[in-house]
Amino acid sequence: MSTATGRSETPAIAWSEDADVPEGRYLLDRAGLLGPLMLLPAIIYIIGLVGIPLVLAVLYSFSNATVGDQSINWVGLENFRTVVQNATFRMALKNTILFAFVSQIIVIILANILALVLSAEFRGKRLVRFLVMLPWTTPIALAVLGWFWMLDNVASPIDALMRMLHIIGPDTIFDPKARAPILDIPFGDRNVRWLSKPDLARLAVLTVHVWRTLPLATVILLAGMTAIPQDVKDAAEIDGASYWRQLIYVRLPLLAPIMAVAVLYGIVFTFTDFTVVYVLTRGGPVDSTQVLATWAYFKGIQGSSLAQGAAIALFLLPILVAAAIVMLRLARRSETA
Amino acid sequence: MATIEVRGLTKQFGDGPPAVDHIDLASEDGEFLVLLGPSGCGKTTLLRMIGGLETPTEGDVLIGGRVVTHLPPRARKIAMVFQSYALYPHMSVYDNIAFPLKAQRLPKEEQRKKVAWAASILGIEQFLNRKPRQLSGGQRQRVALARALVREPNVFLLDEPLSNLDAQRRASARDELQQFQRSIGTTTIYVTHDQVEAMGMGDRIAVIDRGRIRQIGTPKEIYDDPADTFVATFLGTPPMNLVERDGLIFGFRPEHFTPANGSHSDDVVRFQFVVHREEYLGSERLLYGEIGSAKAVARFPATTDVELRIGQPVEYVVARRHLKFFNPRTGERTRD
Amino acid sequence: MTAIAEQQRVWQREERRAGWRRAGKRGLLYTVATLFALFAAIPFAWMVFTIFKQNTDLYNGKNNPFLYNDPPTLDNIRLLFNQTNYTTFVVNTIFVAALVVVITLIAAVPAAYALTRLTGRWGESLGIAIFLVYLVPPTLLFIPMTRIVAELGLKNSRWSMVVVYPTFTIPFCTWLLMGFFKSIPWDIEEQAMIDGYSRLGAIVRAVIPVSLPGILTVIAFSVAMTMHEFVYALAFVTSSSEKTVSIGVTTELIRGDVFFWQSLMAAAAIVAIPVALIYTLFLDRFIQGFTLGAVKG
Repeated sequence: MSTATGRSETPAIAWSEDADVPEGRYLLDRAGLLGPLMLLPAIIYIIGLVGIPLVLAVLYSFSNATVGDQSINWVGLENFRTVVQNATFRMALKNTILFAFVSQIIVIILANILALVLSAEFRGKRLVRFLVMLPWTTPIALAVLGWFWMLDNVASPIDALMRMLHIIGPDTIFDPKARAPILDIPFGDRNVRWLSKPDLARLAVLTVHVWRTLPLATVILLAGMTAIPQDVKDAAEIDGASYWRQLIYVRLPLLAPIMAVAVLYGIVFTFTDFTVVYVLTRGGPVDSTQVLATWAYFKGIQGSSLAQGAAIALFLLPILVAAAIVMLRLARRSETA
Repeated sequence: MATIEVRGLTKQFGDGPPAVDHIDLASEDGEFLVLLGPSGCGKTTLLRMIGGLETPTEGDVLIGGRVVTHLPPRARKIAMVFQSYALYPHMSVYDNIAFPLKAQRLPKEEQRKKVAWAASILGIEQFLNRKPRQLSGGQRQRVALARALVREPNVFLLDEPLSNLDAQRRASARDELQQFQRSIGTTTIYVTHDQVEAMGMGDRIAVIDRGRIRQIGTPKEIYDDPADTFVATFLGTPPMNLVERDGLIFGFRPEHFTPANGSHSDDVVRFQFVVHREEYLGSERLLYGEIGSAKAVARFPATTDVELRIGQPVEYVVARRHLKFFNPRTGERTRD
Repeated sequence: MTAIAEQQRVWQREERRAGWRRAGKRGLLYTVATLFALFAAIPFAWMVFTIFKQNTDLYNGKNNPFLYNDPPTLDNIRLLFNQTNYTTFVVNTIFVAALVVVITLIAAVPAAYALTRLTGRWGESLGIAIFLVYLVPPTLLFIPMTRIVAELGLKNSRWSMVVVYPTFTIPFCTWLLMGFFKSIPWDIEEQAMIDGYSRLGAIVRAVIPVSLPGILTVIAFSVAMTMHEFVYALAFVTSSSEKTVSIGVTTELIRGDVFFWQSLMAAAAIVAIPVALIYTLFLDRFIQGFTLGAVKG
């Protein structure tokens, strides 16, 4: 029992029984100690399995490590020299940039339209929403598998449809055997064989990227649209602005920052993507759809040159740094808002 | 039961001025002590330090004469009712009230008895199975009080518990709360920015501004004998009139400010009052105007007739015994 | 004709016009919505349509591919479960997902709590830093990661995925949970501490029950992200008994000598549809996290 000191004359204080234990017992109640302690597991995980690999990735790219011999011997920029001189690498770099940027230009246009549609009320909206989200919500590899089957050399339903509509096949504009083919595209009289021709295969990869990232951009925009205060819309309405005028002068400018977010994620996800190309084309035909991620895999894991693989993958880093900077600025903005 | 005392208590957040600045304060046993002040004056921070939710930068908190400054809340055996009532939304009313008892690992049967006892005192027996969201504001407040009561704390800490009620409920809640405290007899510290609550409920009021106690006393002392111009203008609606004259600030309540009506008494001080506007409030009338360049208000029961001449100076008087004098530089009271 | 009648005629004409415009807008809306839905869903529709085709139907070039020329069959699904490793893939996926969820919760819940409640001003900045870690893609890390997995003795084991996947679930889920914890009033846990619990007790008994929706969201996304991951799995695991669905289906069922297209499509659809459903259910939370709170969805 504590001795009641001070002026109070109230001996019968009902102290809880642990009132007299030393202060050490309450160490975990201190925010200054408990906070770092609770952060520890996450921080250890991130440092151990993201930080260290990131450092290793850089070290590898300056070494001659292989799958067989993983010791790190410094070779300076040699890997980068070898990698850059390779024509396939240059193709991969070009493709990576092409896929990411072209797909996201298309996505942001389509996403604006789709978000506008989904912000209206209509019957069957929930179903439409579920369906348009499918490409994003389905595991990537399995979703791309669907496209792989859609674009099959033999059984593509697109070809079948085109044949029914007399777009391909004998006596059509694409028939090379016709006396004067209208368009000189060698589709042959049978099938298009989408994934067997470099340009068509690239188009296919691009389409799948658009298809897959459109839902993400759409929901981000949709969230941005609902965040525009109703009174702003009402004010524009009362001011007599027409629908298109409101769209161009009120809604789109207000949506600009959120559109930036959507594009940013789209670029990060397509730029670093491995699965779409791997499942759809394995980088083929003849490396014509190779991207940095797949090329790094084929060189580094299948080709056993860890060092070169790491060097190739390292080319993904600048875009991420750029993205991180944009995100940070954005976060600061939303904080001050 | 216990007394509460704080000694030189200070709390500094970041680089700004201290939220609580060397406060000394001691409650009597069983007292209803109100901490009154404008928002941001540090009263809630002071309460939270007493409760152990905030660690003081300096100074000590004593409960029942024992230094508890470095003990966590759970070791202080206090009860606190938050402005939001902080009922656990995922628990029934019964579980909410029993929650502190579970912390004490009381046997189930005793828990049940105690919850029933607290619920009966606050008249909420019929709600025990409901969830907090199914209750009205007043009912929630009673649940929060029951939860505070059930563990028979040394001290009650109440942080603006009435501010979430509508104006009508508030009057009856004031009454209930005061009766509740009187019947339990537990030392209570009550934080509010509402002077009506403070005047109506407090045994004593501590008026706080910018982290310091400006005055502590009974409601009557605070109202009739304000220690400085802050207290004088913070209490009373409309507040005390302050008029600078002869190197002093003259302070007087609007109800003591009356037309001279030709009287020649020496016990009064005379002012030339120019009325700009009249407010008729049913039971009383307020006349807003100026004395020289200082704003002033006069208040009359609606039953008295006052001749109104808007825009023209009229001689008004205040009895000398109702005048308070303040130092114009410090704002503090000077010898009357 | 009186002026009033004239006015009424004008109004009626205007109304008719507005009606047409509305109908036109409606029509446009439905058309565009349908087009987008078709674009998104056709690969899946074609997938599901294929599952029930008989071989004789599928491989006959003269058949109309958009019809069931032979009666639909469940044989392909049977084949998938009886004669392939699909069941193993599914079991492995569930195994990995469950453990990833556990690790994620153990690390992310305390971290998110600490960052919102205990670390003061730099908590928010550290939170954003952790979220940025989520953007570091597996494609950048998988090469050194194979080395680390080998060092840990987990090469070619499903445990490799259990250990590595939290590297992206923890950052994202920590960030998501921070959003949840921020929306819970501090009063609740302070009240619990006043009521006699320690800080940890208050977290377990008051904060976690209140943030149950947030924790459910985190579980859903950890599962979904586990299902989505591809490159690590591909780089770490080569033996079929340790593979998860994503890599198992695409590497084992596809490049055999014979393409069991219908079974392949069944394998994809059976996993894809439930994951898509879970994901959709929690989509709004996901977006809130993504927009860094710039948008309150």
